[in-house]
Amino acid sequence: MDLNGVYVMWLREVKRFFRSKSRIVGSLGQPLLFLVALGYGLGPVFQKAGQGDYLAFIAPGIIGMSIIFTSIFNGMQVIWDRQFGFLKETLVAPVSRLSIMFGRTLGGATVAALQGTIVLALTIVVGFRPASLTGILPALVLMLLIALLFSALGMVVASLLRDMQGFQLIMNFLVMPLFFLSGALFPLDHVPEGLLLVARFDPLSYGVDALRIFLLGQGIFGIVPDVAVLVGAIAAFLVLGSYFFSKIEI
Amino acid sequence: MDAIIEVDHLTKRFGGNPPAVDDVTFSVAKGSVFAFLGPNGAGKSTTIKMLTTLLRPTAGTIRVAGHDPAVDPDAVRHAFGIVFQDPSLDDDLTALENLEFHGILYGVPKETRRARILELLTLVDLMERKTDFVRNFSGGMKRRLEIARGLLHHPQIIFLDEPTLGLDPQTRNHLWGYVQRLNRDEGITVFFTTHYMEEADSIAQRIAIIDHGRIIAEGSGDALKAKTKTASLEEAFLALTGSAIREEAGSATDRMRQARQIWGGRRR
Repeated sequence: MDLNGVYVMWLREVKRFFRSKSRIVGSLGQPLLFLVALGYGLGPVFQKAGQGDYLAFIAPGIIGMSIIFTSIFNGMQVIWDRQFGFLKETLVAPVSRLSIMFGRTLGGATVAALQGTIVLALTIVVGFRPASLTGILPALVLMLLIALLFSALGMVVASLLRDMQGFQLIMNFLVMPLFFLSGALFPLDHVPEGLLLVARFDPLSYGVDALRIFLLGQGIFGIVPDVAVLVGAIAAFLVLGSYFFSKIEI
Repeated sequence: MDAIIEVDHLTKRFGGNPPAVDDVTFSVAKGSVFAFLGPNGAGKSTTIKMLTTLLRPTAGTIRVAGHDPAVDPDAVRHAFGIVFQDPSLDDDLTALENLEFHGILYGVPKETRRARILELLTLVDLMERKTDFVRNFSGGMKRRLEIARGLLHHPQIIFLDEPTLGLDPQTRNHLWGYVQRLNRDEGITVFFTTHYMEEADSIAQRIAIIDHGRIIAEGSGDALKAKTKTASLEEAFLALTGSAIREEAGSATDRMRQARQIWGGRRR
């Protein structure tokens, strides 16, 4: 591992994030829409069914959503870099491919976690009240874990794609299902067996569950299994990502 | 004179296609200017990619600055700088940041990094634009910035892949001015590809003519002219290949160029 390589790639992502004010503001639109339309719209139904405050329930899910979208697309930046040439500059540099890949993943994760933090603030603005203030710090750590996981997954996917043609495919067959089947929008403890089974294979389910434990004081899997799955999946995707990244030929 | 690049029976195939580079052998003397002259799709870029660790050869051996790219890629990567055929800058960073990032990647110590960057920016006349975003640069400015970046870590060799493609004549002249000065003052070995014959003839001490993945002649411009009993390198090229150099639009990838050649009916 080459620290210079990791640092440069991380710094690049973070610099670009703080520079693109329009991107930061723009990516808040979707979470806000979900919070207002679903939170306020379905809230009364949820309440009537005896499930409590729906806005509070989906707030951790919407934070998870913004993290998964941001981090996977940060990974997809590799494809842009391939098309616009910058990837070559990093591939002829005398640092290991592993450190380039790891730096990019870390940078993408930092950006996505920052985005998640902004969305957390947004949920509080629209009326979400975390169960306890002490839960916020561990929730931030979890957001970074979720971001790492999906940045690494984004790298895996991007290393395999040559151009942006596959973009819609990734969106419709990877990102959307990961989000909708994760229990971000509905409680997993009353769904049909089949759906629960699918959700159990979705790493985001564990991320959102863990966020609920810290922000709401409720969860179904337990914090230890949640963190174990997240860490295991991060490790697996990092290994896969560095393998595929090392195979890139221009 | 010592050879800094030695290539022996180098071959590269993509899938079941005819080889893009076919059993190529040559060497480049340390401190010299060497040109690869040939039409688009001749195998020039593919050869450069193998020399610069971006592609693995199908067969044959390479030594760059004493190291084998397949065995010790990082030692080779320290030894060269490269200007790719297509831009490889980060448009969302400033000129200065592009150079800074390169310096950090190559482990250039902080104390010398700044001074070297300013020196190079002056050399390529981009000092006044150093804090501008690269996306606002013209094609010629980008190329100059890439040259500065390629030289930042004091490489022994600079690879220039079609460095003047798409540049106007003045910029072209300026660029060769820098490159020749570098070769003279820093003793840096220059390896460039081109499909402009007058460029190869006036800049390079040795020229290898490559077509259909094979080197068909090698020597100084004068030697090539003498060998074919012709007055210009253009006529020499015609005498050697039996066809005029083909000019095509520049920036498709090698693989696309290859496919086009196959579909277009490649002479074997």
